[in-house]
Amino acid sequence: MNVIEFDRATIEIGGRSVLVDTSLTIRQGEFVGVLGPNGAGKTTLMRAILGLLPPRAGTIRVLGDAPQRGNRDIGYLPQVRTVLPDLRVRGLDFIASSVHGERWGVPSLARADHIMIAKTLAAAGAGDLGARPLAEMSGGERQRLLLAQALLGEPRLLLLDEPLISLDYRYQESVIELVRRFARERNITVLFSAHELNQLIGALDRVLYLGNGRAALGTVEEVVTAPVLSQLYGADIDVVRADGHIFVLSRGRNVEHADHMHDDGHGHHHDHGHHA
Amino acid sequence: MPTICTTTATAIITIMATMLEYDFMRNAFAAAGVAAVVSGLVGYFLVLRGQTFAGHALGHIGFAGATGAALIGVASIWGLVGFTVAAGIGMGLLGERVSGRDVAVGVVLALALGFGLLFLHYYTAFATQVTALLFGNVLAVDRSTIATLIGLAMVTLGGLAAIMRPLIFASLQPELAEAKGVPLRFVSIAFLAIVALAVSESAQIVGILLVFALMVGPPATAQRLVTGLWSGMALSAGLALAEAWLGIAIAYHTDWPVSFCIAMLSALGYFLTRGSFLPRWKAKR
Repeated sequence: MNVIEFDRATIEIGGRSVLVDTSLTIRQGEFVGVLGPNGAGKTTLMRAILGLLPPRAGTIRVLGDAPQRGNRDIGYLPQVRTVLPDLRVRGLDFIASSVHGERWGVPSLARADHIMIAKTLAAAGAGDLGARPLAEMSGGERQRLLLAQALLGEPRLLLLDEPLISLDYRYQESVIELVRRFARERNITVLFSAHELNQLIGALDRVLYLGNGRAALGTVEEVVTAPVLSQLYGADIDVVRADGHIFVLSRGRNVEHADHMHDDGHGHHHDHGHHA
Repeated sequence: MPTICTTTATAIITIMATMLEYDFMRNAFAAAGVAAVVSGLVGYFLVLRGQTFAGHALGHIGFAGATGAALIGVASIWGLVGFTVAAGIGMGLLGERVSGRDVAVGVVLALALGFGLLFLHYYTAFATQVTALLFGNVLAVDRSTIATLIGLAMVTLGGLAAIMRPLIFASLQPELAEAKGVPLRFVSIAFLAIVALAVSESAQIVGILLVFALMVGPPATAQRLVTGLWSGMALSAGLALAEAWLGIAIAYHTDWPVSFCIAMLSALGYFLTRGSFLPRWKAKR
């Protein structure tokens, strides 16, 4: 079954085309890494799938229907995570706010909801975080909590927007491992955007590279090649494979690394100051 | 020991009894109680959202509304309510980004104070009324004002209850809330209108310039002490109530202005919990 279908879809944001006339399909249970230069539209793609940005032309189908805000089958971890530095709300209340958070009235959760939250926290290895205030968590702990939140309510599709950003290497590995294990066990489709391909290679089924209004979807062998990436980046790109790692180079410089260093291409502010 | 306890208890009861013999004291306790609970609850979200500056500005805007109303012969509380609610909605419409909001709020705040001054310029009659407006005069509250305060409190808390769930979600995680279908802008506008009502109430007790004492001090203190949302709200309302009542009692015995006593208690509570004087309560559950 196809979880995501783009049929000649064009997505624009602020008058700029992010995707032009793009068709692609992503099947159930696939783990897809979303990569590409800054400003290529990784976040925009996810927002379109969430129904926050209707396509300019063509159609998008998500789990068989047109994208719709508030789709319960989608778990989402946004890239811009505005956490107030002084936020002393405990982790449990923080993520519980997302459960039926769109309903009016005074918040109240059924017993079943409480059990579901506790189970998901435990499964994500975040059981100990529920009682701690957000302001006292490290970046890695906060990310684990947010990941657990994205997994609440048995989603069938996970959209994770740069979940590795501002985490140190050790936590990055554990985040990837957690997502992969969860997705495999429950046959969840995952879109996982990142700057660095190499860490994801072991977890990926396919990779979706974005750039220059185009998208290339396929296995790493098919997509991460000099001709395909040169077209997407609009520059001469070399792909060097060494010892199971892949380096994407432009005139000898590591493109992905350079991206990471200047990570403000989206005009978003990241939560950089909280390394574990 | 038991004799000391009994003596203290008797002394407190006697003091309370003497204070409550006076009509104006009963009114003061009632009015301050209503306004404090509303301020503590609404203020909790104001602090949670990092919008305390907006709350402050609404008070200043209310000043223009109150003086303007006095100028055209309307009760100043309705000028206060009308202006602050309109301004709250306007602020919500102006923008969502925090940085932009701060600048916009600052500009509107200065403009409102300017208007307040202009209205005062033409309305020179009662300087005492202006002082009451700016710094509060809870000892002069009459029964009809209490009825108005209770009515306003019901509207304010009713509104807060209606939007509470999406408000919490949108305050804690705006990006996710948007994706899940929360109308961020509407929630933001509705909340500022609710804040405006709470500011109008709080201003009746501590005055426009000291609304922070009831709307920011207690919730900020509560958020330092407990990390649960419900416990935080309850503690915030409780602290506001305690500070307001204790402030009136201290004022009664010292002859200091009530607003000063409340502001002092509010600041004291905050700095006590802020500093390392007290061990922080770690959440145990």
